Amino acid sequence: MTVMEQRGAYRPSPPPAWQPRTDPAPLLPDAEPYRVLGTEAAAEADPELLRRLYAQLVLGRRYNTQATALTKQGRLAVYPSSTGQEACEVAAALALEERDWLFPSYRDTLAVVARGVDPVEALTLLRGDWHTGYDPYEHRVAPLSTPLATQLPHAVGLAHAARLKGHDVVALAMIGDGGTSEGDFHEALNFAAVWQAPVVFLVQNNGFAISVPLAKQTAAPSLAHKAVGYGMPGRLVDGNDAAAVHEVLADAVRNARAGGGPTLIEAVTYRIDAHTNADDATRYRGDAEVEAWREHDPVQLLERELTGRGLLDEDGVSAAREDAEAMAARLRERMNQDAPLDPMDLFAHVYAEPTPQLREQRDQLVAELRAESEEGTAR
Amino acid sequence: MTTVALKPATMAQALTRALRDAMAADPSVHVMGEDVGTLGGVFRITDGLAKEFGEDRCTDTPLAEAGILGAAVGMAMYGLRPVVEMQFDAFAYPAFEQLASHVAKMRNRTRGKMPLPITIRIPYGGGIGGVEHHSDASEAYYMATPGLHVVTPATVADAYGLLRASIASDDPVVFLEPKRLYWSKDTWNPDDPQTVEPVGRAVVRRTGRSATLITYGPSVPVCLEAAEAARAEGWELEVVDLRSLVPFDDETVCASVRRTGRAVVVHESGGFGGPGGEIAARVTERCFHHLEAPVLRVAGFDLPYPPPMLERHHLPGVDRILDAVARLQWEAES
Ligand SMILES: Cc1ncc(C[n+]2csc(CCOP(=O)(O)OP(=O)(O)O)c2C)c(N)n1
Repeated sequence: MTVMEQRGAYRPSPPPAWQPRTDPAPLLPDAEPYRVLGTEAAAEADPELLRRLYAQLVLGRRYNTQATALTKQGRLAVYPSSTGQEACEVAAALALEERDWLFPSYRDTLAVVARGVDPVEALTLLRGDWHTGYDPYEHRVAPLSTPLATQLPHAVGLAHAARLKGHDVVALAMIGDGGTSEGDFHEALNFAAVWQAPVVFLVQNNGFAISVPLAKQTAAPSLAHKAVGYGMPGRLVDGNDAAAVHEVLADAVRNARAGGGPTLIEAVTYRIDAHTNADDATRYRGDAEVEAWREHDPVQLLERELTGRGLLDEDGVSAAREDAEAMAARLRERMNQDAPLDPMDLFAHVYAEPTPQLREQRDQLVAELRAESEEGTAR
Repeated sequence: MTTVALKPATMAQALTRALRDAMAADPSVHVMGEDVGTLGGVFRITDGLAKEFGEDRCTDTPLAEAGILGAAVGMAMYGLRPVVEMQFDAFAYPAFEQLASHVAKMRNRTRGKMPLPITIRIPYGGGIGGVEHHSDASEAYYMATPGLHVVTPATVADAYGLLRASIASDDPVVFLEPKRLYWSKDTWNPDDPQTVEPVGRAVVRRTGRSATLITYGPSVPVCLEAAEAARAEGWELEVVDLRSLVPFDDETVCASVRRTGRAVVVHESGGFGGPGGEIAARVTERCFHHLEAPVLRVAGFDLPYPPPMLERHHLPGVDRILDAVARLQWEAES
C-alpha cells in the first residue's frame, strides 16, 4: 500500500503557474563542437592571430616532448603531458588580457608559460624543489592546482572581488573532464552564475580521467550542457582547432568583461600521451583510438590551414620549429643544473611570523645539518 | 602436519589478496573508487578485481570523493560492505564532510540502529618523492574524529590481516596504507594467509630493556633500523608497532614502558597536535611512577608537507630517533 492510499482520498489543488527563471534555449550548447579550421569561418579569422597561435602551438608541442624527456633523466619528478591538447592551452592564454587571471590545473603548464611565466619556474612543482616556482601576482597566474576542481571557486572569488573593486578583470579557470564530477565544480559554477561573476570555465575534455573514460564520468549529453542548470551559457568547441577555441574563449571573456556573467566551455580534445610519465595507458585504451586522434592533430590542423591559404610557407614552418628547438635547448640546459636548495626554506613561509615551535625546529635542523657536515669532513 | 612455505611478498600484493579474499567470502563486499576497475588503482591494489568479480562489485566511480564516500554510506545503510579507495591522502579531504558528519556518527545518532561497515583505504604519508598533496600524514584528523577506527599496517602479514579485519568490522575503519611500504618485501605465506588480527592490538616488534620506541605504519621500519643502530651505543630498544591508533592498545604499550622506563613516540605527521601528544599523555598518566624520563616525541616538523627534494629533512630518521634516545638518559646524567 502506498502512502497516498494509506491517507485516503486526496485531491491536490493545482500549483501556481511555473515560470522558468531563464529561457534555457540560448544557454544550450550546439549539438556539434564549433569549428573554424577547414570551414568558411576560417576566412574571417585574423591571419596575424593564426600565426601567433601556430608559433605557440609548435613551442608547446616541443615543450611537452622536452619535459617528458626530462622525466626520463630524473630531472622532473613527474610530468603530465598536454600533447594533443596544445590548442586549448595556447588559446586559453592568448584569449586573456594582461590584467586578467589564469587558474590552471596541474596539466596546464603550457598555458602558464604562454602567459609569460618563465618556463623553468613553471616546472618547479613538477621538478620537486618547491610547490610553486613563480610569483602569482607577476603574470596573474594562480599556482598549478593538484587537488582537482579546487581552484574553480578561487577563480570565482577573485573575479567577484575584482568586480566589487570596479576592475574589469576576468578570471579563466581550467579543468579536466574528470574534475567536473567534483563538488567544487558544481559549487563554483553555481556561485559564478548567482553572482554573475566575470569567470570563464574551460573544460578540456581529453577523454579520460587517468583511466576512467568520459562515459563513466557523466551521463550528460555533453559537459557543456552542465552550464544550463546553473543558468549560464554552455559552449562546445573542437579543442584541437586553435582558431575555434580562441574565438569561443575570446567571446566568453569579452562577455564576462562586459558584465554578461560566466560561461562554461567544453573543448573536445584528446590526451595523446599517458596520464603522466608514470602511467601505463595501454591498460585502458587501444592504439587505434590514439591513432585516430593523431590524425586530428592541433598543430597539423593549423599548419595545413595556414599553408593552404598562403599565410605560411616552408620557411615559416622551419622558423617556428627552430624557435621551438632553441627553447627546448635552453630548457634542457637550465633544467640540467642542480637546483640550489636551502633546507631552511622549509621554515621560511609557513606563517608570516614563525611560531616559537617552528623556530625551535629550525634550530634543530641547523644543528643536524652542522653535525652532518662535520661528520662528512671527519670521514 | 604440513609446514607452510613462506614466500616473499609485497605489502601491495597482500592488500590485493585481502580484498580478493574478502570479496570471495562475502558477496556484500563492494570495492569502489577512482580508477580501481580497469586500471586496478594507481597503486594496482585493486588489480584484477573488476575482472574477477564484475564491475558492479569493483567499480570505477566518477571523480568525486564526497560522492564516493556519501554513496558508500547509502550502500552500507542498505546492507552492503563498501570498501572505498581514496587515491591519495590529500584527495580524501573533499570526503571529510561525509566522514566527520555521517560515517563517524551514524551508529551514535541512530542509537545503534544504523551501523556503517565501511572501510576507507587511504594511501598516506611521504617518502616516495611525490609532489604537493601526495604525501600528507593525515592520521591526526581521523584520530580526532570519534566513531572511526584508524589502523595502519607496517608489515606484509598485517596488511593482509588488518584489512580483512577492517572489512569484517561492523564499524567504519580508516585504513591508512603507508605508501612507501607498498613495495617492501617480507616473508609471508600467501597460500595460507590466515592471521587476521583483531583491530586494536599493538605488537612488540623487537624486545629491549633500555627504552621503548612507540610507532606505527611507515615509521616502524625506521624505528627498527634505529634500534639496530642503537646497539652500538649499548642501548637495547624495544619497538612497539601500534597497528591501530583507534582503538588504542594501552595494555601492550604500557606493559612495555613499565619494563623499560623510557619511551619515545615516533611518527611522521607533525608533532604539534599530532598523535604523539595523545600517546605521550596516556603513557604518562598510566606509567608515571615507572618513568625515568619524560616521554619524548620525534615527529615531522609542523609544516605543510615539503616538496620531494626537501622531504628527507622533514621525515624523522634514524639520527633524530637516536638523539631522542640519548636525551632520555638525562636524569642519570644530571
Ligand atoms: C581531489 C582529487 N582527487 C583525485 C586526484 C588524483 N588525480 C589526479 S589527476 C586525476 C585525473 C584527472 O582527470 P581530468 O580531470 O579529466 O583531467 P586530465 O588529467 O584528463 O587533464 C586524478 C584522479 C586529484 N588530483 N585530486
